Parts: sequence; C-alpha cells; structure tokens
Amino acid sequence: MSENMMRTISMSEALNEAMHEEMERDDRVFAIGEDIARNGGLFGVTKGLLPRFGAARVIDSPISEAAISGAGVGAALVGSRPVVELQHFDFVTLAMDQLVNHAAKWRYMSGGAVTVPLVVRGPIANGVGLAAQHSQSLESWFVHTPGLVVIMPSTPYDAKGLLKAAIRDDNPTLMLEKRLLYTRTGEVPTGDYVVPIGVADVKREGDDVTVVAISGGVPLALQVARKLEPEGIDVEVIDPRTLKPLDLDTIVTSIAKTGRLVVVSEGARAGGYASEVVARVIDAAWGSLRTAPIRVTAADTPIPYAGPLEREVLPQVHDVMTAVRNVMEKGRTQHVAV
Amino acid sequence: MTSGRATPGTTLDAGDALFTMQLIRYFDERVVELYNQKLVRGSAHPYIGMEAIATGIISALGDQDLITSTHRGHGHCLARGLDPSRMLAEVLGRKSGYCRGKGGSMHITAMEHGMLGADGIVGGSHAIAVGAAYASRLQGRDTVVACFFGDGAANEGSFHEACNLASVLDAPVVFVCENNGWALSTRASSTMRIDDISTRAAGYGFPGVTVDGNDVHAVRAAADEAVARARSGAGPTLIEAKTHRMSAHSAFATGETSTTEELAAWAERDPIEALVRRSISTGELTDEAVAETRVRARAAIEAATEHAVNDEQPDPETAFEDVYASSHWTKEMRLA
Repeated sequence: MSENMMRTISMSEALNEAMHEEMERDDRVFAIGEDIARNGGLFGVTKGLLPRFGAARVIDSPISEAAISGAGVGAALVGSRPVVELQHFDFVTLAMDQLVNHAAKWRYMSGGAVTVPLVVRGPIANGVGLAAQHSQSLESWFVHTPGLVVIMPSTPYDAKGLLKAAIRDDNPTLMLEKRLLYTRTGEVPTGDYVVPIGVADVKREGDDVTVVAISGGVPLALQVARKLEPEGIDVEVIDPRTLKPLDLDTIVTSIAKTGRLVVVSEGARAGGYASEVVARVIDAAWGSLRTAPIRVTAADTPIPYAGPLEREVLPQVHDVMTAVRNVMEKGRTQHVAV
Repeated sequence: MTSGRATPGTTLDAGDALFTMQLIRYFDERVVELYNQKLVRGSAHPYIGMEAIATGIISALGDQDLITSTHRGHGHCLARGLDPSRMLAEVLGRKSGYCRGKGGSMHITAMEHGMLGADGIVGGSHAIAVGAAYASRLQGRDTVVACFFGDGAANEGSFHEACNLASVLDAPVVFVCENNGWALSTRASSTMRIDDISTRAAGYGFPGVTVDGNDVHAVRAAADEAVARARSGAGPTLIEAKTHRMSAHSAFATGETSTTEELAAWAERDPIEALVRRSISTGELTDEAVAETRVRARAAIEAATEHAVNDEQPDPETAFEDVYASSHWTKEMRLA
C-alpha cells in the first residue's frame, strides 16, 4: 500500500503521530496533563492536538498529578480512554495512590466488573543533568504492582506502535520514555500499525551472549555488539519492550543458544527489573546457563547532578562491554548446571 | 421499592425513604452480628445513624447518574438499589457476591446500578468522581456523579486537588461530605480549625452548604439544588451533611469514642425516628404503614442472610482471574 511508506522520524514525533491517529480513530480518547495543550507538551508529544481536537479533549490541567491520574481512572471506568502525561515520570510519586491502589486494583477488587483502559506516560530525564528528582527509572515499582502493564520503548517504531496498542488495550498501562531517546531517529512506516503488548523484539541476532536491554540500555547494548564484532564475539540483543507482562519465551530461546546472559537496565540495582529478569531466567532456563548472569544497572544511589558523578552511577558502554566480556570468559570453562 | 430509583425533581417519598433507611440500619446491624460470629473477615464499617444522607442524596439522582463510595459504604449501595443478598454474600466473601468474593465489605461495585465502587482509601475517590463526571459529559451523557466521603477525607490532599480540578472543568459532581464527627478515634474538631467543612468550597470557587445530615428531607433539598446545578453544566457543589457515628469505627475497632451523653443526645435525633415522627404528623405515613415497612425491611435482611450464609465459597482458582482484562496473561500471575 502506498500509504505505508518508511520515513525516518524521532521518537517524540512517533509518539505524537500515535496520539493524533488514536484521537482521530476513537473519540473516546482524550489527553490531559500539565502544559500538554497550548504548549504541546514539554517534549512535543501532544503537539498539534489542541487545534485539531479542541480543549474538551486536550486539557491543560492544574499541577495536580493525583487528581489527573485519578480523573483518568474515573474516566476509564465510564468508557473513555484517557492518556495522562506526567511531565517527568518522577512526579508519579504524587499519583501513586491513584495508580497503585486504584487503577491497578479496581478490576480485580470488583471481580472483573470493570475495566480501566488508562494510559499514563512520561519521560525519564536521566543523563542530562536534572539530578535526583527528574532522573529516576522507577519501573520496578509498577512491575511489582499486579494489575498494571508496564512498557518501555527504545525506538520510534516501537514507541508509536506500543502507545497505540496501550490506548486500545483495556488494562491500565504505564509507559516510561527515556528523554534522551526522544530525539533519536528511526524508521517508522506511515499508516496504522500496532506493536503487540507482551512481545519482545530481537534487536540484533547473535550466537554467543544474550543481552536483555531495556530502554536506554538498548542503544548501549547495540553499540557494544558492534564494537565486539571484530573480536569474534557475537552478541544477541533482546528488548523486552513490555516489562509486564514479560515475553520470557523469547529470552529463554535465546539463552538456549548462547548460554550467557547480561541484563542492562537504568533502574537502581536493589530490587530492580534486572534482578527480576535474572530470577525468571534461572527459574526457566537454569540448564541452559553456562555461567552466572550479570546485571548492569544504575548504582544504588540517587542520581547526582554533575556530569562525572551521573556518568559514574548510570550504566555506560564500558560497563556493558565489561559484563559481556566477563560472561564470555567465564562461560568458556563453567557450566552452572553441573 | 427503594428510593434509589426515585424520579429526579419529585419530592421525597416518605415510605420509600423509610424503607431504605430501615434496610440500611438492619443490614449493618446484621453485618456486626455476623462479624461477631466470625463469618465476616477483616472488618466492616457500619453506617448506623447516617442513613438519611445516602437516602436523601441518592433519591435525588436518576438512573443515568453515578456514585462513588467509601469504606463505610453499605448505605450508599442499598440506597442505590443494590441487592442486599448479593451485598451480604460479598461481605461474607461468597461466590454470588458483587465482586465474586474478591472485594468484601469495602469494595462493593455494581456498574449496572451506577455504583462505581466503594473505596477503602480515605480520599481515594474524589478524583475518580471528577473524571467519571467529566468523561460522561464528554461522551454526551447527562450524568451527575455523587461523591461520598467523610470528614477525615476532607483533610487529604486528594480532596483539594479534586475540588480544584472539578471546578476548572465544570465537572458535574456533587461532593457529599458525611461529617460524622470522628476519624476513627480522633475527633474531627481536633483536626481542623473550621466549624463547617462546606466553607472549603469557597476556596475552589463553587458553592458549599451545610445541612442537618439526620434530616432526610433537608439532605434531599440540598441534593436537588446541587444535582440541578451540576446537570445544567454550572459545576460542582460541596454538601456537608452533619451527623454522628452512632457505632464504633468498625466491627474490629470497637474502642470507646463518643461520650454517653453525646450518644444519648444524638439518639434523640435518630434519623429514622425523626422521619417517622415527621411523616406521621404530616399524615404521609400511618403507624400501620411504618410497622409494615419495617417488617418488609427486616424480611429482606433475613432473606439476604439466608442466601449469603448458604452461598458457596469461591473456587480458589478464580483468584487468578480479573487481574488483567486480557485473559491470556493469566499465566503471569501464578507462582512459577
């Protein structure tokens, strides 16, 4: 079809297209958030929605994260499909009761009497010097809350397709977007498509090491894979895209081939999503592992302001490189399942 | 007939109101008895003494309207016309309960009655009411949402955010503050420096009124005005209905709160007896009609009890259902 042409656009443009297309497609969809209407959102994700769809469906809200998230829950209960923008994802702390005690549980507590088709999305602004209250990767909190779907895209294609899927899905869904990925470009077709929730994507095929990378970890892993190619180390990079529910099968299939696992996540280490991936792999694929998996994560510190400090605590290319070399080396001689 | 389906704009039907209030009273007395027999898990929060508020407010709503409720929510459900048998089955955690045994006393939900769900989080439903009201209007429906909450919830930040958001969106919400004088064991008067919670509405630019929460006619009159205002698109109203919690906080937390003198004074103002006195003096009801109404309410509670205690326990396997709307994700929920 002629309308399905490939173009190269940024992730924020891709998300913006998803909003336009879904609001056009379904008049139950509306957008609410701080500075999203007249200003088009701090990062342009809601640009152009106000003139096209009007102030009733594109709402500049008061700075009231709890109220707009709660209003999203209420609107979803009566059949709307609200998309709530958090200006920075860290502000989710102000909306926790609505998301954890309400959005996540309303269907279950009612015995399935209701659905909550709510999307809450926003940026993680790590790596740009916004310090500890604007840089957190808090995804594991929500993975730990049964009833929520958690999505973290790494490419414009996935971001657009997943946001469209999330808006159409009947579950409360959180989408965490790394701000530094907004300006990265990638191929996105024109026309309608969705990326299914709960399906991982193999971003690069390889035979030696499986790197499960999330959000900002994906470009790091791909960079490492390219750098190690000349050394004969063949890295497979898997992006789960959806953290909850996790597509474990794709990961386990890869490990059956490689026997080695590195997980890259920008969340803090203790109780983080990387630990969850490792635990799930040990449960499901212990017999395939040649050596102990390695987690590359943020350190267990708040995110500091100064460049050298922030780079010290967030995963860097050399951290991923070291981890991959490490599992390669140990995996030559060890096999954990004796 | 309960008053939950009364036609908006008509005056309160004394017989319907009496039936609803008596049904609520008997229901929550029965719940406490069943708790003491160890048939109710956790706890339950009686609405005893507050029956006029749910009855008066909900009698002013139409079928298309919605309510949100609280941990102390049985009265709202019964006034809205929910089936006492399925309610009691839920309180006992049984299969035919409104939530299939997953919610219990604090989470009864019945969309078919416009009951968006009771909420165990104090202050948790204000914003939900605003969103439901705004979205209903966005979808072209003529819906008003009545949002019930207590005096304690008026001190939650969520109340203030939701009032402000409702105001700027002109959301068709009636905020109903049931000021029963107590937040568990703490007096409302010791947690706020104002006499009337309704005065807080002024800070958000909409009307606030205080009414006698033990006078079902006064509550209904305030509700008529607030519902009409909301339906016309003029925005929210805060109704503070002053009453008194005549029971302990809950079936579990039974510590002394009100003094004997206070309870005696408020017992004089019992909302059910007040309605009976007034209705007989105006000739709306006879002694015989009152007695017959009470017998009918009692019979409904006996039938509900009979149903609930004999209802089946839920199948343990159903614990894995309803976490997500997509059933193919159910395997995610189980322990590997």
